Amino acid sequence: MKEFSPAPDSASIVSVTDRVKPVTLGMGVTSVHFLRDRAAFVGGEENVAFVDDKGEISTVTVHSGGILSTACDGKRLVMGGDDGKVVSLDAKGEVMLLATDPKRRWIDAVALHADGSYAWSAGKTAFVKSGKTEEKSLEVPSTVGGLAFAPKGLRLAIAHYNGATLWFPNMAGSAEFLPWAGSHLGVTFSPDNKFLVTTMHEAALHGWRLADNRHMRMTGYPSRVRSMSWSAGGKALATSGADTIILWPFASKDGPMGKEPAMLAPLQARVSVVACHPKNDILAAGYSDGTVLMVRLEDGAEILVRRNGTPPVAAIAWNAKGTLLAFADENGDGGMLEL
Amino acid sequence: MSEATSHKIPVTVLTGYLGAGKTTLLNRILSENHGKKYAVIVNEFGEIGIDNDLIIGADEEVFEMNNGCICCTVRGDLVRIMDGLMKRKGKFDAIIVETTGLADPAPVAQTFFVDEDVQKNARLDAVVTVADAKWLSDRLKDAPEAKNQIAFADVIVLNKTDLVSKGELAEVEARIRGINPYAKLHRTERCSVALADVLDRGAFDLDRILDIEPDFLEADDHDHDHDHHHHGHDHHHHDHGHGLKHYHDEDMQSLSLKTDKPLDPNVFMPWLQNLVQVEGGKILRSKGILAFHDDDDRYVFQGVHMMLEGDHQRKWKEGEPRESRLVFIGRELPEEAIRKGFESCIVS
Repeated sequence: MKEFSPAPDSASIVSVTDRVKPVTLGMGVTSVHFLRDRAAFVGGEENVAFVDDKGEISTVTVHSGGILSTACDGKRLVMGGDDGKVVSLDAKGEVMLLATDPKRRWIDAVALHADGSYAWSAGKTAFVKSGKTEEKSLEVPSTVGGLAFAPKGLRLAIAHYNGATLWFPNMAGSAEFLPWAGSHLGVTFSPDNKFLVTTMHEAALHGWRLADNRHMRMTGYPSRVRSMSWSAGGKALATSGADTIILWPFASKDGPMGKEPAMLAPLQARVSVVACHPKNDILAAGYSDGTVLMVRLEDGAEILVRRNGTPPVAAIAWNAKGTLLAFADENGDGGMLEL
Repeated sequence: MSEATSHKIPVTVLTGYLGAGKTTLLNRILSENHGKKYAVIVNEFGEIGIDNDLIIGADEEVFEMNNGCICCTVRGDLVRIMDGLMKRKGKFDAIIVETTGLADPAPVAQTFFVDEDVQKNARLDAVVTVADAKWLSDRLKDAPEAKNQIAFADVIVLNKTDLVSKGELAEVEARIRGINPYAKLHRTERCSVALADVLDRGAFDLDRILDIEPDFLEADDHDHDHDHHHHGHDHHHHDHGHGLKHYHDEDMQSLSLKTDKPLDPNVFMPWLQNLVQVEGGKILRSKGILAFHDDDDRYVFQGVHMMLEGDHQRKWKEGEPRESRLVFIGRELPEEAIRKGFESCIVS
């Protein structure tokens, strides 16, 4: 942290707060995704609220209970609920039922593949549905914490206790277990397919280099990491969980092994959500005090998007072109910024 | 503390050996006309079915925290379920976690101390153990789980008392007291206990760590003070005090320490920390009210295995005896060493 000067006071920081279109959703929000150029704010239960660039809100009911998990590819938003259903929502606002758990168990995790395949989990079982082929499932030793598709091929990473399992659903007996003690919750592949990173129940990330399964311990967080985002081109992984944005270097073949992360945009509040710009080396971050900043990765220069003084920011996302930023706090007060 | 905790959703942990009557109690809680909604975390669906409440299936998955503390186990499934439930805040007033008959209550309790997100939203209210009056004495001999559940309890519902004689009942109660003299004990048939006696107990609330005296010493006046509703017919504390047999359980005991001399916080704190670090595997529960040298505030603490939390509670009242009292419940407690250590904390 030494090499970074303290955050400039709000008088001197560049601010675009006056260009933000405020959005009042009137529901608890847990995430936001872009479906084409409309932001889809996912509620804690039942509803998704679409907001267009003019700030018009239209609400769609997707679940009959809590919405537990989401995944989005820009065309489709897939969600799992505590009603035991997996549903998708497209850019037109049409809801499709993809799967129902026969025992109505919670759908704890979902993932979406670039080719349209999707995955979900209930309890210890991960399921994959790909095109017209039959649904495949794999039971792992304990409850699934998170799912992610590899960027290449139909390969699914399943986070669970004491490690993660990599599985090619179309190849019987292909499950490969990557051990690491502890409870693994979120999971993501690096865009170059070389690394797998999990968020843990402890305040830490764990990573494996897939070529040789070498371990990468990424520790030092004061709280659990709930949000991860790969920078454009996958050169770095930005995370929440500290009072600065933590940026782990992944540009070299060793990833962050033996390296210190960059720490950007320190505030007197925890970073709660991060979203890297899809094209440029900037990212947007939301904090536990309601602040939203845009930060340049190279030098940590900050632009204030939203002032503090509200509940934690719970959702933040860019559209695919990187021209729109959407965010909301836990209570559903948010905004849209056009760049 | 109280101010902050009051916004948190209370969580009641319901334990009890197989067949003791947990499901009966749960159904009673849910079906009573209390106007409250519960989120109930169960292991087996099907036996309860109250439309109004949220019923969630759990897997009782316990994992060790990677913090080098071997007894630091938490229920990973609970962390996940709490996360999901918090998305539906406002849809329920309280949470009940039913454990399987063979479960150790410690990981459940520890989940509420260790996990930051869980702690932010929920507070552990009490561990309620349902015990079978007819079979408990046998289970205490052959099932370590049953003993754990009794030792851990804040409230014990001694059920099926209609199936035993007066003598057998006295016997089983004495065995319970030999392990855990501090829990509130209620004798019931078909778990007919007043809800106020099992819910909203605040047993883990530092502000309410008052029940540090053995239950039977103050049972009568406690009842009159706090339970405003009814149970005139329910004379469960009735003949305590005389004719009570005393049992000393061989491996699970409670240890109570007391002094009216002030303690030195600079000696006491490290001693307590070290004690739970070294003996935390054996110590199931600990509680204390402390009078420190040169300190006008009461200090209170409580712990589960190696986890401790403590805070200054309030000013000592005028005329209130400044006594320090500590209670440990555990297995094979090194009594002599604990007593000596405690005495070394007294300001001489």
